Amino acid sequence: MAKIIVVTSGKGGVGKTTTSAAISMGLALSGKKTVVIDFDIGLRNLDLIMDCERRVVFDFVNVIQGDASLNQALIKDKRCEKLFILPASQTRDKDALTKEGVEKILNELSETFDYIICDSPAGIEHGAQMALYFADEAIVVTNPEVSSVRDSDRILGILQSKSRRAEQGSSVKEHLLITRYDTARAAKGEMLSVTDIVDILAVPLLGVIPESSSVLTASNQGTPVILDLKSNAGQAYADAIRRFEGEDLEMRFIKPVKKGILSRVFG
Amino acid sequence: MSIFDRFRVKENTSANIARERLQIVVAHQRNKDKQPSYLPQLQREILAVIKKFVDVDMDDVAVDISQENMTSILEVNVTLPS
Repeated sequence: MAKIIVVTSGKGGVGKTTTSAAISMGLALSGKKTVVIDFDIGLRNLDLIMDCERRVVFDFVNVIQGDASLNQALIKDKRCEKLFILPASQTRDKDALTKEGVEKILNELSETFDYIICDSPAGIEHGAQMALYFADEAIVVTNPEVSSVRDSDRILGILQSKSRRAEQGSSVKEHLLITRYDTARAAKGEMLSVTDIVDILAVPLLGVIPESSSVLTASNQGTPVILDLKSNAGQAYADAIRRFEGEDLEMRFIKPVKKGILSRVFG
Repeated sequence: MSIFDRFRVKENTSANIARERLQIVVAHQRNKDKQPSYLPQLQREILAVIKKFVDVDMDDVAVDISQENMTSILEVNVTLPS
């Protein structure tokens, strides 16, 4: 039985796909057979972030509509043999995802995989609801910024009312992942702090990913940033994976780097 | 942080303003999420009935449901024109 995890946020551009790529690679590297599904129908991008855009033959919708088998559509990652990608379709028909179709595929994947990561599209429309409906756990990606925090709260409300678990009277286990965190600006009071966001959303913190140039470099090259263990962002994702698997780790990269006396005086 | 920043009043940082605004908007949002889905319809129909007798606006009718221990309270507030 696989565990189904949705990576969601409400707001766009906060790092859902980056996080999906990093988390799925991290879980696969820790030995868990993992599949990551792109739910963003019409705006496929996970394939680019995972560097398999030229290997897409069949997609999610093809499998739902019975035009291809799961095995034909699943792309095996070149770097980690435990990781598979199921790309989104580029069709403009957003209703191509049916609840029954998605359920059937998730059930089939559930038989052989340990983790199913659902990379949600932005918004709260059909695609986003399909991505979260079957989830056992949710990783809510939030930037330290008012609109992102508000939208995260909205998506938490939807998880608590419209997911299958909510309908069955249980609940989806929630995790908060703060991305693009700038410690220096937060310390100066120019940016919401980790404490502020955790207080407002009241969700257990899975990790804080610092703002880092290595994230863009990684996506330029199609390498999930978690593979760049020299970067702060890569290390922060690796920490998040260990926390997800139950380790109790202290948060890193949430305090500003200490500066020398000169820069302290002159700023 | 430069030495001059230390004299700045910490309370008025933009992050603090953001936090206060968010706390209000999120509390409001969560209240709304908890309300039953029939509430807007109920409000419209109550308004329609009152309109038969007095000329009131949508804004003059406030319908709220709150929970107190084991009882739910339906509160209807109508402001009549003077």
